[in-house]
Amino acid sequence: MFGDYQNVVTMSVYGSSIALILIGLYGVLIKKHLMKIVIGLSVVDSGVNLMFVAVGYIKGGTAPIFSPSVIDSKPLMVDPVPQALVLTAIVIGFAVTAVALSLVIRLFKHHNTARIDQIKSLKW
Amino acid sequence: MKKYLAIFLLLIVGFYLIQAFNLVPFGANRVGNIDDESTVGAYYLKNTVPKTSVANVVTAIVVNYRGFDTLGEVTVLFLATTGLGSILFRKRKHGEEEERVLKESSQLVKIGSRLLFPFIALLGIYVFIHGHLTPGGGFQGGAIIATGFLLMLVAYKNYKLGHGALTWIESLAGITFAGIGIWGLITGGTFLENNAFPGLGNVNDLISGGVIPIIYIAVGFKVAAELTGVLDILLSIKPNKN
Repeated sequence: MFGDYQNVVTMSVYGSSIALILIGLYGVLIKKHLMKIVIGLSVVDSGVNLMFVAVGYIKGGTAPIFSPSVIDSKPLMVDPVPQALVLTAIVIGFAVTAVALSLVIRLFKHHNTARIDQIKSLKW
Repeated sequence: MKKYLAIFLLLIVGFYLIQAFNLVPFGANRVGNIDDESTVGAYYLKNTVPKTSVANVVTAIVVNYRGFDTLGEVTVLFLATTGLGSILFRKRKHGEEEERVLKESSQLVKIGSRLLFPFIALLGIYVFIHGHLTPGGGFQGGAIIATGFLLMLVAYKNYKLGHGALTWIESLAGITFAGIGIWGLITGGTFLENNAFPGLGNVNDLISGGVIPIIYIAVGFKVAAELTGVLDILLSIKPNKN
């Protein structure tokens, strides 16, 4: 299984995106500190973005840019659609992280702690 | 106990993710033959250069084919900045100066960042002006400029940013984007019509691609102003209670 170069690349790219998603989810589920939960969310974000770009990759393809040197030869190009979608997703991920961080700061100011197990008003 | 339960759940999720990926071979050609336009990607790869005369296909998709989506995305960014400001709003007491949490940095860092800042800004401007020719574009260039401002904010404890100027740049860039869209509607095309007023030009010229470079420059200014605003808000929070 590991002898094949293609298989190793497949496993490393797909495997790292799956690993990033799982690590991020682990952080969200287990960690008590809100800042770590936000970091976990952004790690999930990175994993999903990596997965998108990896799915759009074509073996031997170049970047989808018709620069002067390739405009006539028309080489094989990777799928541009996932890249455009990931560009959108990164920006939205930034916005989500920023708002989540501001909420964390607000909670910290209100309760003097950012650990969810110490915020008593969350329990009932 | 809870930890093992979570790990067990994650193992199940991971197992099914791997099962799903087994059906998607890595590096296989899923675009198909470009000339018969059987997939969306093939359509974009075939028609971007003749129809929009933009070299960078990703830019053409983001700004033109999915331009309306990008307008929404820019709005989300604007809402995030506004929301951040309103969540962290704190009424300043009379005569109280705005103060950062950071400590004073050393002379070396100060001089070095002042030396680097113009070049970072220049790189950012280059990236968003050439967004239709080379990799990059408005979002990337704006982010680069914001990192330059982050360097200055970290190095200088009392680095003042003109909030009025940031708001003006942000609003003007947003109005430019929406205005170009509506202009396409007025001149008898669709919203964000590409060849609305400047001609399409030749591929790989700096001035080519209709409204795409203009919109991406506007997006670059907007993103730079918004990210800088976010960094400034997050860095000027006082650590003390209430």
